[in-house]
Amino acid sequence: MADALIETVDLVKDYHLGSRRIHALRGVSMTIAPGEFVAVMGPSGSGKSTFMNLLGCLDTPSAGLYRLDGLDVSHMGRDALAHVRNEKIGFVFQTFNLLPRTSALENVELPLLYSAAMPRDRQARARAKLAAVGLSEREHHHPAQLSGGQQQRVAIARALINNPVLILADEPTGALDSRTSVEIMALFQDLNRQGITVVVVTHEADIARYAGRVLSFRDGHLTHDEPVADRLVARELLDTLPSGDVADEEDLTPEVTPT
Amino acid sequence: MNVFASARIAVRALRVNKLRSALTMLGIVIGVGAVITMVAVGAGAQARVAEQIQSLGANVIVIWPGTVNLAGVRLGAGAQASLSEDDAWAVQRDIPLVEMVAPYVRGNAQVVYSNLNWSTTILGVTPEYFPARDWEVVEGRTLTQEEVDGASKVALVGQTVARNLFGEEDPLGQVIRIKKVPFTIIGVLDRKGQTTWGQDQDDQIAIPLSTAKTKVIGGNQAKGRAVGAITIKVREAELMKAAENEIRELLRQRHRLQPFQEDDFNLRNLAEVLQSQEAASRVLTMLLAAIASVSLLVGGIGIMNIMLVSVTERTREIGLRMAVGARGRDILAQFLVEAVTLSLIGGAIGIGAGLLGSYAIAYFAEWRTLLQIEAILIAFGFAAGVGIFFGFYPARKAAGLNPIDALRYE
Repeated sequence: MADALIETVDLVKDYHLGSRRIHALRGVSMTIAPGEFVAVMGPSGSGKSTFMNLLGCLDTPSAGLYRLDGLDVSHMGRDALAHVRNEKIGFVFQTFNLLPRTSALENVELPLLYSAAMPRDRQARARAKLAAVGLSEREHHHPAQLSGGQQQRVAIARALINNPVLILADEPTGALDSRTSVEIMALFQDLNRQGITVVVVTHEADIARYAGRVLSFRDGHLTHDEPVADRLVARELLDTLPSGDVADEEDLTPEVTPT
Repeated sequence: MNVFASARIAVRALRVNKLRSALTMLGIVIGVGAVITMVAVGAGAQARVAEQIQSLGANVIVIWPGTVNLAGVRLGAGAQASLSEDDAWAVQRDIPLVEMVAPYVRGNAQVVYSNLNWSTTILGVTPEYFPARDWEVVEGRTLTQEEVDGASKVALVGQTVARNLFGEEDPLGQVIRIKKVPFTIIGVLDRKGQTTWGQDQDDQIAIPLSTAKTKVIGGNQAKGRAVGAITIKVREAELMKAAENEIRELLRQRHRLQPFQEDDFNLRNLAEVLQSQEAASRVLTMLLAAIASVSLLVGGIGIMNIMLVSVTERTREIGLRMAVGARGRDILAQFLVEAVTLSLIGGAIGIGAGLLGSYAIAYFAEWRTLLQIEAILIAFGFAAGVGIFFGFYPARKAAGLNPIDALRYE
């Protein structure tokens, strides 16, 4: 598939733990097309985290090939990988990873510090992305003054700031209650509908059902790769759930321009 | 990412732990402050010595009578009037290296002016005495050769004498009595300060040599031309040693001393003595600065310690920054800028502390201190260097972190 966004061929990752050699990933080949919503599942030790790190260009494979957006990133150096992460990938983490004592706006701006963006553009862009996740009112709040769901939305705005080709979310709902989880998944689905490729790592089958395709890992192998049969639409689900949160859902319609 | 953005991030990070940052800075504050204060103390001591050298007059050699060996009995220095005016003029005439000579006598006398009296030192001098000592007449005029030849009853007074006898009054033209002999004051000498041995050089009255010997001090009858000492000004500082040798040889010849006999005069280049003192005070300055530098070093280690703690505490932040695109060098710069910011702010406060310290020492201990702009700049630059040096290791540690491990760090 020539126009795949992500293409891996026989991706292998070994770790050395003392004298022992651990085969975390034993040859994974797959492709993800632009605009897909993919869930990566598997028990701990299955290799899904390793796979995620490789997809996120946080690590390089021991063997095999990884092409991201037409770029062979499998043999890149640290600085080049940092550049790729900055430009092409938006990360969302389980624990949000926002800078404490730093306003939401500045947290969203963070990736721009490491890109060529002009300082005067930064704030406007960060403000636009915060508005896109429905947090215009919270620009100057610090993470400690925000709820978990709001923090995760700030993190998503941060992931979107450089208009990435890929959003990589590692257990994005792991630290959230169920209703907030659905809200976050709704946000991902909205973004995906606008053409952004989303890859979510999760161990919850419920969460995986919001994706269009599920990759399952076991013992370092990709064991299943199948479309989701009964896909959930988060927005519909939200209407049926009792409104237990203060968040104003009407604000949540993202206005993100696809890359 | 530019330096200003880094500095802003650094200042914010430092503000998060205000007390910790302040305590870390304190090390640098004390270090820089100590260096500046100690150098100021040392420089003050050096300046004092340099001033004393200046007050002696440049390139001056002083000769005074020495021990005399009379048939095996060695008399103490000055016991015999072995120097004469003629020795002085011979030196002037025969040694071209010598610019001028000034023979003089010295004695103490009670001086009376109206209802005030004052005990002071009387100098019997020739007109050469003042230029030889680089001693200016600030009011009135100096002596003339005619006054010396004619044994005139005129006098020049030093500042201390003028103050004690005349107070606010103008001494010029007044008549004072020295041992009941009336003298007219023709001039006031410039302030000269203390000698190294603590004598107040302004507490003196200068009168013509001839007058002093006949009317005031009463020279040695047997040797009417004897003088108490001779001040000699040499043309060039480099010629001092050569001049010293030639003078010694000439005087030995004139005094008919055999090679086995000791000199019957003392010849001393006073500036040389003081120069060794100056060297000593320079060593003292360096020693003080070195000790103070150690505290700056300790302050630097404090910075390193805190930066290491900070890197550990903020491992996840480092991981996140790397995940969103920070390169190793961005992280390195961030922590380096943080360390340097700490040390520069500490250095700036340290300059203030150093200035305050110098003034405090000058004020309370009444030591002379001299602020050296070089010392301030060097101490500040050194503080910045300490920040870079001790900040580098923690910063490199941060930059070398693996983003995955850093993100997962608990």
